[in-house]
Amino acid sequence: MSSQADTQIAEVAREGPAPLPTPCVAGQRRSLRAQLVRDWPLIAMTAPAALLILVFHYVPTLGNVIAFQDYNPFMGKDAFDAFVHSDWIGFSNFETLFDDSAFWDAVRNTLSITLFQLVFFFPLPIILAILLSEVTSTRLRNFVQSVAYLPHFFSWVLVITFFVQMLGGAGLVAQELRRHGLPTWDVMTNPSTFIVLVTSEAVWKDVGWGTIIFLAALAGIDPSLYEAAAVDGAGRWRRLWHVTLPGIRPVVVLLLILRLGDALSVGFEQYILQREAVGRQAAEVLDTYVYYQAIIPQQWGLGAAAGLFKAAIGLGLILTANKLAHRLGEQGVYSSQ
Amino acid sequence: MSRARSIQPSLDVPSRPAWEEEPSLAARLVKGAILAAVVLAVLFPMWSVLVTSLASRITINDAGGMVVIPREIDLSAFATIFSGGQVMRALLVSVFVTVVGTSVSMFVTVLAAYGLSRPTSFGHRPILFYFLLTFLVYPGLVPSYLVVAGLGLKDSLWALIAPSALSVFNLVVVRAFFMSIPADLIDAATIDGAGEWRIMMQIVLPLSKAVLAVVALFYAVGYWNAYFNAVLYIDDNDKWPIQRVLQSYILAGQSPHVTGVPIALPGITAYPPTLAIKMAVVVVTVLPAVLVYPFVQRHFTKGVIVGAVKG
Repeated sequence: MSSQADTQIAEVAREGPAPLPTPCVAGQRRSLRAQLVRDWPLIAMTAPAALLILVFHYVPTLGNVIAFQDYNPFMGKDAFDAFVHSDWIGFSNFETLFDDSAFWDAVRNTLSITLFQLVFFFPLPIILAILLSEVTSTRLRNFVQSVAYLPHFFSWVLVITFFVQMLGGAGLVAQELRRHGLPTWDVMTNPSTFIVLVTSEAVWKDVGWGTIIFLAALAGIDPSLYEAAAVDGAGRWRRLWHVTLPGIRPVVVLLLILRLGDALSVGFEQYILQREAVGRQAAEVLDTYVYYQAIIPQQWGLGAAAGLFKAAIGLGLILTANKLAHRLGEQGVYSSQ
Repeated sequence: MSRARSIQPSLDVPSRPAWEEEPSLAARLVKGAILAAVVLAVLFPMWSVLVTSLASRITINDAGGMVVIPREIDLSAFATIFSGGQVMRALLVSVFVTVVGTSVSMFVTVLAAYGLSRPTSFGHRPILFYFLLTFLVYPGLVPSYLVVAGLGLKDSLWALIAPSALSVFNLVVVRAFFMSIPADLIDAATIDGAGEWRIMMQIVLPLSKAVLAVVALFYAVGYWNAYFNAVLYIDDNDKWPIQRVLQSYILAGQSPHVTGVPIALPGITAYPPTLAIKMAVVVVTVLPAVLVYPFVQRHFTKGVIVGAVKG
């Protein structure tokens, strides 16, 4: 998930805000009308996708204005009618939100998890990729890669199920300990180790998948650099330090910045699935807060305010990260191509 | 397909070059142990779940729970879940959502990717921007929920398809691949009088099978794995997809902290499902991914990287 999301954002970083050069040479430009006659099939082809985006992305994005309303779905005959008839109440939803200590708990949990995973998850795919790239047997490497990618395709329900069955109170490990008369513990319901648990689950699911982008970067390092370093007397560790790490540095830096830009999103299903088992104190993140404090009690305005807060901070972080990425010269990122 | 292959970074290092020293035994052992641990961490839980789903009640009792060493193959758990009831219904729902959803998604994505694959076409930049802007501005949970509910999609399987039918990331990946097809091919077809639809169907799509396979896999996995949409939009448990049922079988009620209403499991039994039945549900939930995976796996690098290459 995370690598895919990172690539998404990388794509925006390169293509979104920056204006593309116009390929038309003066004098060759046809009249707009002629262009339209020629290209209308292409435009029509984008229509179904554009419609989906409009209905399920842009309409709800604009719908966030109910954050400034006392939105009540029963005020009208449909959602839009209700919106027209609901009262405008200014920033009162935001005041309620910012006065709610549970909201700040959720913000703090989210940021702690992001930071923890940055330290204990982020480096692992790099290490694994370097290890894999040193395996000389192609068959062995392909086998390990195939196995390691697999959990990326499991749902969160499955991932957590595997953890429950292995490490939970009735899982395999506890059952073997009990059989030998040893004390058991249940990591699946322990709030104080929850941050380690969710990180382990994320590692299990995505560490293999995360290696793809680093393997590509490693493959892009000029082999003659290694040879030159070896001839100059550099051993394995020095080559790792002076050739490998600088070679993948642009990718590492970019992914790091992009992850920071996405700091308020730690994933959703993983937390909603475990919140009941672990309790709100440890497992409430921003997204689950919205679900439990807004959707279930139907506090629509409050939920929209929390969503808007997250989106605004997220947009600011992404734009800042983008700027940083551009400044660091991100054209080096996919240099393996 | 040769041009497709040229995009894929070569991960193949031939055997050790002459200047490189042989690694020490200790280094080899450590590396081997780490890689073995990675492989085992993935395969061992899957093995244990499979073996438990195929174990008899006596074997499970003797083991005290999860089984590691198989003694026999007892298909009664699978017979139970396939004899009808909630799991069977949920599997049909998930298959329907995955097949219909993936078809809709591929249709919409391929059309839009083709429509955006000609940078000189009319309105290309604003339309592209319209799609890419979705990466930066996104709706929160509440307005999305209200829109889906407002469209009358609650308790409809379309609520599991329509909101996630288009992934702009996949659109960008497919578009990038289409753009890498030589313009000469398309110009030649245009001169021969082929329209856009025909060029897409007869020239572009046949050249793009690999990337289409990867994107279809991404979509299918997304539909098969979706859990939270069902929590939000599907109250009727006859229409629950398999992930929702799996959650209610295994994760609900695993702890003393649970505050929710205990979920009744209509269909199967009045008594709680046995461990073997639970594990059989896990197996059927994992199976589609494991079966399709080997066919698409070798294209992953391209699928992930190619979207980022063009730009």
